Amino acid sequence: MEQILANGVYLGSQYAMIALGLTLIFALMNVLNFAHGQMYVIGGFVTYTFYGQWGVPFVLALVMSCVTLAILGALIERFLFAPVIKGSAREESTMLLAAGIAFFLDAVILLVFGEKQRGVPKIVDGVFNYDFRLIMPYDRILICVLAILSIVAFIGLMQYTKTGRALRALAQDRTAAQLMGVNVDRYSMIGFALGAMLAGLVGGLLVTITGVNLGMGGPTSIKAFMMVMIGGAGVISGAIWGGIILGFMEAIGLAVLYQYGDITYLLIFVSLMIFLAIRPQGLMGKPWG
Amino acid sequence: MLGFTSKQLIGVGIFLFMIFIGVPLIIGATGRWDFYFTLTSVALLAIASAGVWLTFYIGRINIGQGAFALIGAYVSAILVVKAGWSFWISLPAAGLFAAIVAILIGLPILRLRGVYFAMITLVLTQVVTLTALALPITNGAKGISNIPLPSGISLFGIPILPDFAGMENTKLAFYYTACVIMILTYAALYRLVNSRLGHLCRSMQQNEELASSIGVNISYIRIVIFAISSFFGGLGGAMFGSIAQSVYPSSFQVADSVNFMLNCFLGGLGYVFGPMLGTLVLYFGWDLLFEFGKYQMLIYSTVLILIIRFLPNGLLSIRIGKGGDK
Repeated sequence: MEQILANGVYLGSQYAMIALGLTLIFALMNVLNFAHGQMYVIGGFVTYTFYGQWGVPFVLALVMSCVTLAILGALIERFLFAPVIKGSAREESTMLLAAGIAFFLDAVILLVFGEKQRGVPKIVDGVFNYDFRLIMPYDRILICVLAILSIVAFIGLMQYTKTGRALRALAQDRTAAQLMGVNVDRYSMIGFALGAMLAGLVGGLLVTITGVNLGMGGPTSIKAFMMVMIGGAGVISGAIWGGIILGFMEAIGLAVLYQYGDITYLLIFVSLMIFLAIRPQGLMGKPWG
Repeated sequence: MLGFTSKQLIGVGIFLFMIFIGVPLIIGATGRWDFYFTLTSVALLAIASAGVWLTFYIGRINIGQGAFALIGAYVSAILVVKAGWSFWISLPAAGLFAAIVAILIGLPILRLRGVYFAMITLVLTQVVTLTALALPITNGAKGISNIPLPSGISLFGIPILPDFAGMENTKLAFYYTACVIMILTYAALYRLVNSRLGHLCRSMQQNEELASSIGVNISYIRIVIFAISSFFGGLGGAMFGSIAQSVYPSSFQVADSVNFMLNCFLGGLGYVFGPMLGTLVLYFGWDLLFEFGKYQMLIYSTVLILIIRFLPNGLLSIRIGKGGDK
């Protein structure tokens, strides 16, 4: 039981970070970022290259993942999403763009990093063992703590800085924010960069445990969508709740139903559909977000 | 009856001539027999894309057509292989089964809107794939293979459709079959859009509350439309399974669902024939880029991004020119 709970916390904290980036981008621009999983994979590969290949300290490699993805996110927003949103008769065109970018990033990952599964040396050795009831490698604990710290830092940024206030204003009402003197274009770009950066950060963190490969992008995006749906689209607390709930469901399901294989995911999907039928806007979401 | 202009009639005439006589002649002249398979796939994917387009017509983004295509493919395969039905009866049965599933699933999820509906339909594709893996009748990951080719049909002793197994050139036969079904689908779609139901759909696309307040039964219409849309999906999927002579849980995946949506968006959501054009451009373009080997995906996605960057309202929007929004 302790083991399941610990696994749940560990998975939940990772998932919450992925969902945070997706929900931030959605709240600001009304864009469903299909490429989020691919951004996560790129983050993993950047950390792999710096830390695993060139022997740069792990923290520095992590920072490089963040910087790369932030720049990538900013460029994508500035040169692709912003003009398309302006020129399109329907908002939904951004979905096509996002899917196109997902394909593009997949192609780039394939060309630059190849299709092999990549892993990096452990950052910390050893296993935490509490009476054989709770077994957890130290590196997992470290990653989990780092993830929770990042989430706290992100919430702090959103709540107590000028940038965070501007971003929240933008998410609430674009026109009103503009009338209050918020530079809408600039903060949209910053917000997108921040969302992409979060994806890169999780990728960099998780590469130390699960490794990284080309095919991880799509399934990660789907999981992120599910978390966002559980919590409610465009709401930060919702993304965190969604991540934690999905993390626990997976941990419990895999522990209880492990002999049935993929049935865990099937059950999660079905219960999600029933939940959404009762509460379409998710736990925290605004109706029709 | 529907008030076709002579220009439209000529256009349809040229189009029919091209696909039934022109294409076989060109392929015969160039010897690229593989194009038959490509074009057949285009026709079948266009049928499923028509369904996605129709759901968009009531203002819902459907990224779950892969789910219904997979359902259709499995139903047809099971009916033909395990129950010994004729393929031609299993084809509408597959469509109907997909439509019934759509009604059951649609009742709860059609209440969702916008991104929520898009995301739940995306998840739906995953659900159906996992179900196909888990159920005993679908044979799990091994799938159903060795599906026999469609048999012939004869009515009162007169043969209507020949037996595909006894034919020399099944590619051509499948090409014609797919084209006929595609044309019927689009004719039905065109008729639907220009009917009373079509007008009601447009009113829902703009504002559901308003439509509801003037007496449109929105919950009924969206179920009907979603069922029709899934019928198309099941039809396309069943036909695909028959051509490939096998169905696997991975036959239609999330990526396929996304592609169906892309076909519609690329062709233009405001035009009935948009999804057909979008499918042709995307699938044919992808096939042509095969020569570039590992750069195929890169070029394909770059072109896709450029198209949406400079023509955000779809390919067919070129002819309206400026100021012709919506």
